Amino acid sequence: MKELSLNILDIAENSVKARADKVEITLTETDETLEIKISDNGCGMKPDFLAEVTDPFTTTRTTRKVGLGIPLFKMASEQTGGALTVTSKHEDEYPEDHGTVTAALFYKNHLDFTPLGDVISTLTVLIQGSPDIRWVYTHTMPKGTVSLDTNELKAVLGEEVPLNLPEVLVWISDYLKEQYGEVN
Amino acid sequence: MKVSELICKIDATEITLPEGDREISGCYIGDLLSWVMGRAEADNVWITIMSNINTVAVASLSDVSLVLLAEGVTLDGDVKAAAEAKGINVASCSLPAYEIAVKLSQLL
Repeated sequence: MKELSLNILDIAENSVKARADKVEITLTETDETLEIKISDNGCGMKPDFLAEVTDPFTTTRTTRKVGLGIPLFKMASEQTGGALTVTSKHEDEYPEDHGTVTAALFYKNHLDFTPLGDVISTLTVLIQGSPDIRWVYTHTMPKGTVSLDTNELKAVLGEEVPLNLPEVLVWISDYLKEQYGEVN
Repeated sequence: MKVSELICKIDATEITLPEGDREISGCYIGDLLSWVMGRAEADNVWITIMSNINTVAVASLSDVSLVLLAEGVTLDGDVKAAAEAKGINVASCSLPAYEIAVKLSQLL
């Protein structure tokens, strides 16, 4: 992937497929590091699947035998000297608090660091595709924080307004741009 | 031309050739795996310096006939085993990608 925002899109799509109704995308930046964490309350993975999830020949796909979402995300972090961890609780074993957390650490000053890219587009694509999921986005930087919680939007707009209306998506995009503008 | 013949002609070193009789058609060069995945074509020789397990996965998805590791890059034992198991041909050559491609252009 030429941008980490595309990796985020890929991993968050796994949360959607795992039937999560809440997905948190948390970016935490220091001067040297960036941590990207995607947490969901989806069905989770069983330990034997989890153990092999960074192997590209492990996948839930039925159309082909190769899945590269997590392997490529892991590679992107490791090539900067960072690491990726995946923890998961499967709904069979944890009926009350199941879900998956994928976290990747990047060293931003490494030459092979992939730029974050257009994370706002990633978010609007995700909200457009799954407007009923509660998306909670937080990007903490040394100079400030950018955040979005679709539940807060729903509280203002009312439950009957779907978040994937073009006007709402444009507003979300502008709202995030404005926050980034204030931080930078 | 067959994969095994090409390896001989460009003086590359075989790493694993589970399907050495495959025919080669064209060449693709790239190291950004997600990029290569959508662009390398079936039966291509794919020249790269990336040699982890994801390389094998991308080779399998794009159905290239040979992964040709440039600049003397080799495979770790477990990656080699995966390539063998998935029927992916892999060879290594000491030359940089450009010089390998120049040789290929005369042969293909």
